[in-house]
Amino acid sequence: MSASSDVGFHAQRQARWHYGEAAFWLIVLACGFAFPTRYLIMTDILRLALFAMSLDLVLGYAGIVSLGHAAFFGVGAYAAGLLALDGIVNEPVLALVVAGLVAMVLGFATSFLVIRGADLTRLMVTLGIALLLEALAERFSNLTGGTDGLQGIEMQPIFGEIPFDMFGKTGFFYSLAVLFLLFLFARRVVHSPFGLSLRAIKNNPLRAAAIGIPVNRRLIAIYTLAAFYAGIAGALFTQTTAIASLDVFAFERSADLMLVLVIGGTGYLYGGLVGAVLFRMLQELFSTITPQYWQFWIGLVLVVIVLIGRQRLHRWVLYLPNLVIKQIAGRKAVVAVPESDA
Amino acid sequence: MTIALETQNLEKQFGGLRVTRDLSLKIEQGARHALIGPNGAGKTTVINQLTGVLKPNSGRILLEGQDITDIPVHKRVLRGLSRTFQINQLYPDLTPLETIGLAVSERLGHGGDWWRRMGTRSDVNGEIADLLTRFHLLDVMNEQTVTLPYGKQRLLEIAVAIAGKPRVLLLDEPAAGVPESERHDILAVVGSLPRDVTVLLIEHDMDLVFSFADRISVLVSGALLTEGPPEQVARDPQVKAVYLGEEAVNV
Repeated sequence: MSASSDVGFHAQRQARWHYGEAAFWLIVLACGFAFPTRYLIMTDILRLALFAMSLDLVLGYAGIVSLGHAAFFGVGAYAAGLLALDGIVNEPVLALVVAGLVAMVLGFATSFLVIRGADLTRLMVTLGIALLLEALAERFSNLTGGTDGLQGIEMQPIFGEIPFDMFGKTGFFYSLAVLFLLFLFARRVVHSPFGLSLRAIKNNPLRAAAIGIPVNRRLIAIYTLAAFYAGIAGALFTQTTAIASLDVFAFERSADLMLVLVIGGTGYLYGGLVGAVLFRMLQELFSTITPQYWQFWIGLVLVVIVLIGRQRLHRWVLYLPNLVIKQIAGRKAVVAVPESDA
Repeated sequence: MTIALETQNLEKQFGGLRVTRDLSLKIEQGARHALIGPNGAGKTTVINQLTGVLKPNSGRILLEGQDITDIPVHKRVLRGLSRTFQINQLYPDLTPLETIGLAVSERLGHGGDWWRRMGTRSDVNGEIADLLTRFHLLDVMNEQTVTLPYGKQRLLEIAVAIAGKPRVLLLDEPAAGVPESERHDILAVVGSLPRDVTVLLIEHDMDLVFSFADRISVLVSGALLTEGPPEQVARDPQVKAVYLGEEAVNV
């Protein structure tokens, strides 16, 4: 192989699909058939996974910290609710896209505030925006239903063909399809030169600018895209639960999201997905054992992860699957190779 | 002779401290120009103004006759002004392949591509392979930068700047901190830069300066002390005084 084609081969190393990834998605799909009584919780996990993937795009790839990601989730949720209630867009998929676009516009507008300043400023600005929107939603109750939220949302069949059922089966497969499509899109984007430039900016903004990367423009672009993703997650929430209330903007939602990513790891796209599963399972487990104090145990797990994981947070999830592959296949493990390894 | 890079009455103050004083430099096309001076003379501050990291309080900066004083860092790069840093400024998590690939992609205007995968453009791949070979990085191209030995990181630092195909290259102490055993590679690379690239070298190491530069400017306390060909600067009693003075202090 010539050096040039060699370079091309290695440059696409991470963009190629691995068996582990295919297995991951097949297992997720299989869950839809294996646990027909658990559609609601599984749909909840899918929504959370999509939401976490959105934060991973800005945090894991571009290094933008946010404590107010629920702002976009909430806007997407209310947008989807209003579109359905007022009969503006009845077809769910179209409404989903429109709701995502509404969140995207908000993301674009607020990105200019977020790219200014350093981490602490960003935390405060993102937090502030989410709180602000929550207050606005409460104040304009004639539009949003105030503390009662939007109620009585009736979803029309998807593409006018597939109705939502009371067991949440449609909701689950609908959410899974949306998650998978958006995952494919994100996967494509992060392996492009654009995606690589985000990681460069996260690593060293000074050098990034010094090789001609328009840092601010790239950050605005990814923040806007992530807002679209979060908006879609919010819209899925409304469409599959038929309700939108003020807690879609809640601080806890943004904070939980951070936990999900810490548990799952950042910067390789699967972190949000794995983290969402683990987070909800831990939540279930602890709330069965101790309904009142489950947050204590979640907190403890978090502290342990951070102490053990340190800089390698996003690696530890891969440890076991990689070990298994090493043992079985006797070769270097390839499950969802992490993008970065700070 | 055309002027590649020029400063006109450049002035920079940090609070009450004048770190660049009325500095007017002219660097000719294709020159091997060195900017020297004792510690704290303000050399790096000058570089930071040339590249746009710092904004001068007054004065102009011209790149090939065009005023670039007010344009941002990344646009100066696209106009052909690249730099290396005195302390490596690399991406710890990225590999040399990715680091150089990114720089090449940005220069060719593909940096914003968000759909096409990295590594699928043969012109970009060709250039990356070329640079990796030239800078002896081919064998470590898939290693994370943070794990590379310092000398390799230093080579990568220079390779990244070259990947921008600069017409003017600012080298900020390229051999700083490199162990003696790896120095040779760095010096060879610096020495073999194409002649059509104008180089401004900031350096402490006098051996390197005198073997490389065909013109030297001496900066003291932010102002230009003297300027001329190496042999003239070497004989200059003022320059001797500055350096001897510094050494006397060091002793």
